[in-house]
Amino acid sequence: MCLAIPGRIVEFSTEQPSLARVDVAGVKRNVNISLLEDGEVRAGDWVLIHVGFAMSKIEEKQAHDQLRMLSALGEDEMAMDEIRGYSFADDSAR
Amino acid sequence: MKYVDEFRDPRLIKNVAREIARHADPDRHYRIMEVCGGHTHAIYRHGLKDLLPENVELIHGPGCPVCVLPMGRVDDGLAIAEQPGVILTAFGDMMRVPGTRGTPLELKARGVDIRMVYSPLDALRIAQTTPEKHVVFFAIGFETTAPSTALTLARAKALGVRNFSVFSNHVTIVPAIRAILDSPDMRLDAFVGPGHVSTVTGCRPYEFVARDYGKPVVISGFEPLDILESILMILRQLRDGEARVENQYRRIVPWEGNLPALRAIAEAFELRPYFEWRGLGFISQSALKVSAAYAAWDSEVQFEVPGVRVTDPKAAQCGEVLKGVLKPPQCKLFGKECNPEHPIGALMVSSEGACAAYYRYVHLGEPVTV
Repeated sequence: MCLAIPGRIVEFSTEQPSLARVDVAGVKRNVNISLLEDGEVRAGDWVLIHVGFAMSKIEEKQAHDQLRMLSALGEDEMAMDEIRGYSFADDSAR
Repeated sequence: MKYVDEFRDPRLIKNVAREIARHADPDRHYRIMEVCGGHTHAIYRHGLKDLLPENVELIHGPGCPVCVLPMGRVDDGLAIAEQPGVILTAFGDMMRVPGTRGTPLELKARGVDIRMVYSPLDALRIAQTTPEKHVVFFAIGFETTAPSTALTLARAKALGVRNFSVFSNHVTIVPAIRAILDSPDMRLDAFVGPGHVSTVTGCRPYEFVARDYGKPVVISGFEPLDILESILMILRQLRDGEARVENQYRRIVPWEGNLPALRAIAEAFELRPYFEWRGLGFISQSALKVSAAYAAWDSEVQFEVPGVRVTDPKAAQCGEVLKGVLKPPQCKLFGKECNPEHPIGALMVSSEGACAAYYRYVHLGEPVTV
């Protein structure tokens, strides 16, 4: 429920300014970035993702810490299921 | 991939544990509540209790959204699902929470259209692609999740999607902390404050705990070392006779919180005068309803909601466990009728529930790692 999943921003959607493509351990999906301040993140930045939304910008080291913590809590598979499960943006169904 | 870093360094962990022991006054018994269910899970998973002196007791708080949801609200949501032309959507955590007539998953098996989603935006998408049906999103969660539901409502309104609504069960953590502080059978010394909720709320909302009740609050991360360090920070404050809000999780939690998220909540939600919490009873201004501006997307306006009030199964003592009065194994049903395969109470459903965590790591003795 309170999973916070780290991902790296790959690119911003040109059609929908509220979406950005993120890479989470090799899986790429679109997430909503409206909860971040305008211009807060750039391609290559790391964010924490929760239920389809990027919640905060984090440092790369924190992202690795967070990934490892998810796996220590046995929640890494659940996190990947969640990322794969996002179906709100057209491309994620592919 | 193997990481060895400071959060798991056994030497550092031992040092902090030693410092904790040094700071704990042997003539005193400390009762510290970790508010967040994620912390409860981490504490059991890493066996942190074993690193603390006997007289430093951790009390598990109400910060598990499915655990505090009264059964009547589950029944209400399922009653909406059974109306003709409705698709009910919910997060995975919700699917196994028992209502009076079964869990959402069981009702789905009986033919009710209930679907699991990973994001409220997924629910909105189903509404857009299924215009002949009405899609209800069973929203649960604290301030971590409420902004996402809020932005989904804003999007539904902006796109003019009229066959979508939110059954809001969002709750806010601060009134629950106040209720616990005001409860006569709760004697607490301090709080380990929630991590991810605080990324949204910031640290300010907890200041009343220190100011009005004289109890320290330390916002904490989820690593073993984070939690131990937070306990040490609490013991330092108590030793020095101080009560402040401190932020141990500065690497993620900004003091002011997430302003766009707070704005989104304020736009799409308003405070309910009161809301029932399992185990804690009715707490005033502790939950969010969809705001009047979004009435067309509020399931409680769009549907007859029975407003069921159900008392918990008598034998299950979820309320006492939620308040920290009983430890999970002290409940009569623990590990017998109530277990993770067949949960009777919600505390046994979610991995963030104290009973599920206790069952897995203490009762079954799954290996713990630090």
